Amino acid sequence: MKIQSVKDLEQIRQDYSQRLYYPEAVKVNIGMASCGIAAGAKASFDKAIQEFPNGNGIDISQTGCIGFCEVEPLVEILGPGKPRVMYKNITEDKILETIQDYNENKFNKKWILGQMRDPRSLLEDDIENPLAGVTPLEEIPFLEEIPFYHKQVKIALRNCGYIDPDSIEEFIAKDGYFAFLKALHDMEPKEIIQQVKASGLRGRGGGGFPAGIKWETCARHNGDRYIICNADEGDPGAYMDRSILEGDPHSVLEGMLIAALGIGSNQGFIYVRNEYPLAVKRLVSAIKAAVKYGLLGDNIAGSDFNFNIKISTGAGAFVCGESTALMASLEGQVGRPRAKYVHTVEKGFRQNPSNLNNVETYANVPAILLKGADNFAKMGTTHSKGTKVFSLVGKIKNTGLVEVPMGISLKDIVFDIGGGVPRKKKFKAVQTGGPSGGCIPEQFLNLGVDFDELTKVGSIMGSGGMIVMDQDTCMVDIARYFLDFLKEESCGQCNPCREGITAMLDILTDICTGNGKEGDIELLEELGMMIQKFSLCGLGTSAPNPVLTTILYFRDEYEAHIKDKKCPSGVCKPLFHYEIDEEACNGCTLCAKRCPEEAITGEKKAPHEMEQEKCIKCGICYDACKFDAVLIK
Amino acid sequence: MSQAAQIKSVQFESVPSIEIDYMELDNIIANEFNNDKENLIMILQAIQRRYNFLPRPALAYLSTKLDVPYSQIYGVATFYSTFSLEPRGRNIISICLGTACHVRGGERVREKIEGALNLCDGETTEDQRFTLETVRCIGCCSLGPVIKINEDTHGHISSDQVEKILDPYE
Repeated sequence: MKIQSVKDLEQIRQDYSQRLYYPEAVKVNIGMASCGIAAGAKASFDKAIQEFPNGNGIDISQTGCIGFCEVEPLVEILGPGKPRVMYKNITEDKILETIQDYNENKFNKKWILGQMRDPRSLLEDDIENPLAGVTPLEEIPFLEEIPFYHKQVKIALRNCGYIDPDSIEEFIAKDGYFAFLKALHDMEPKEIIQQVKASGLRGRGGGGFPAGIKWETCARHNGDRYIICNADEGDPGAYMDRSILEGDPHSVLEGMLIAALGIGSNQGFIYVRNEYPLAVKRLVSAIKAAVKYGLLGDNIAGSDFNFNIKISTGAGAFVCGESTALMASLEGQVGRPRAKYVHTVEKGFRQNPSNLNNVETYANVPAILLKGADNFAKMGTTHSKGTKVFSLVGKIKNTGLVEVPMGISLKDIVFDIGGGVPRKKKFKAVQTGGPSGGCIPEQFLNLGVDFDELTKVGSIMGSGGMIVMDQDTCMVDIARYFLDFLKEESCGQCNPCREGITAMLDILTDICTGNGKEGDIELLEELGMMIQKFSLCGLGTSAPNPVLTTILYFRDEYEAHIKDKKCPSGVCKPLFHYEIDEEACNGCTLCAKRCPEEAITGEKKAPHEMEQEKCIKCGICYDACKFDAVLIK
Repeated sequence: MSQAAQIKSVQFESVPSIEIDYMELDNIIANEFNNDKENLIMILQAIQRRYNFLPRPALAYLSTKLDVPYSQIYGVATFYSTFSLEPRGRNIISICLGTACHVRGGERVREKIEGALNLCDGETTEDQRFTLETVRCIGCCSLGPVIKINEDTHGHISSDQVEKILDPYE
């Protein structure tokens, strides 16, 4: 069937709303994004399908990731007239029992994350809450009441975890493609761009350039214009784009279609990271389905508008997240950035005007058109509107993807949503913006997170990775880690970046191995300033950030490494050793059992001893001890 | 590249080249990718999927077929980290060293694997059983530290589990 009008979409929406909201049989949604699969969701899914192959009153379905990665696999179960319940940590051994638990109305609290109060997304206020007439369960919290979800507002992630990513119909049932048809039939290109401008949407990939202005500039230049989606999510510790592509690929396609209408383009490209095979698979399937329904291809929805999307896979080069490098790579060449005297909106891919936005940016666009620019601009701060997805990872209790309004404080994100640092350790810093960003210390926890505030403290928003660090993270080592990453990833064509990063890395490696000298810190600062000023592209100009912010906020750690030859966090091996605190050790023998080198000896219930010559500082005893008796000296 | 890896690469070049199925290669270049130069990276990926590395004769053939200088193909093949010009092992260990895995002790896991298999990043064991590669973030940060062996992801690894995890892969 080819979709011609909003009426056709409405028909599909009606038909599939049933499946989403009012199932005739018990429906089991298993979160099957890469992270869920790695946690065991695929095994659970296979087991469930094997047990209920032909339905038998149970419908097994897949969804994307609902964000709470810490307690995956996540399984949601809904049934006619019954509450929707989200179960946590449902591995293969528990899945059948979980379904039974729901069927028999037992609702074992230990396995339940929470119940759904309202499964509709922000966009669906024209239909009634399907759970309005259902009696909620007692003593089981609603998802919104759980700290992890309490402060979240989902726009870009609106469908992730709620629909089957391989089903275009379920996407349509959640208002998918309505914004595009509205733009196609009822809006002039200028109006579309005006709406995006009015929303204040800024690029979510790192730079934060206003999307509407970019679109407007691109539309002004003549030539075969291209719409390109940057899905080369390279910042380590950031995976929101992967989650959107795996959980809701059509929202990105719809965003690109709308951009194509606004800018006037017939060809789109998605440059996706090769490390994300599942995202590629779901994109391919989404494009096929959209073509089948006449939403991609020629004469879309009966109009004279043509638009095709091609998927290109990257091959593992961080620098290809930079716009000009990405476009070179799309042309089948080495991904080297060029100087941007002429911007890519004028001469980009194939020397033609090219509009590049990232996955999350495009995913926001349909919501802006459908709910109105004002509604989007209502959220956030003066210069950063809407919401932003952050991946909250590292030394944090509730690892996961969180979408919050711009301007929310770091403290809210790390402690209220993230639950703080595990194992009663002390919070040290949060790193934002990937290798181009910086480390933000405790004193700035009340900072409202938006593009400008993060820049003020020396970091950047970047693509939204937030890596939480505790007392056991060495800030010098982190700076060294990022430079090591950037040295590998520098394309090598400009001197300041190639040689400068190597020089800084050499100094940092010296510091971490106990060979640091007086004056090293000042030299690092000087080199950093030089690289920032004279590098060709964004990779180089932002490369010193992790070093400069750690020097700014954690200078004492650098000094401890250089002057005292000590690593206070116990990371840089030549600069510390472990000792057992005789008073704290109660002789539980756990460390001795775990030690791979048999360096720890002692009688049961008596303080243990460590032989320094045998110790390889692997840290297993330090992690294993429950009584803080293994000390870093 | 470490010195050991460099020596190995020299050795491999003298190894008799593997047999290339040119009909199949034609099929990849023409039918799957329309003889289009812009698809060079994806064609190289397809060749690597087929042979587990990029055999030089296949690259030379590709150069004539696509009318792209061999130097450019070599440039692309060495620029991007996915590609390998040396035969790789039967099992690929990808150790994630994204920031989240790094702060959770990924480095220790790497040291342990390097020790257990006696190789460094990018190298292959002599019996061709394992190739060790580091990757920067596979997006499974909640499971960190993570290693991926072929398509299997292993999460929450501590360095004392390494040998047990590697054991089943022959």
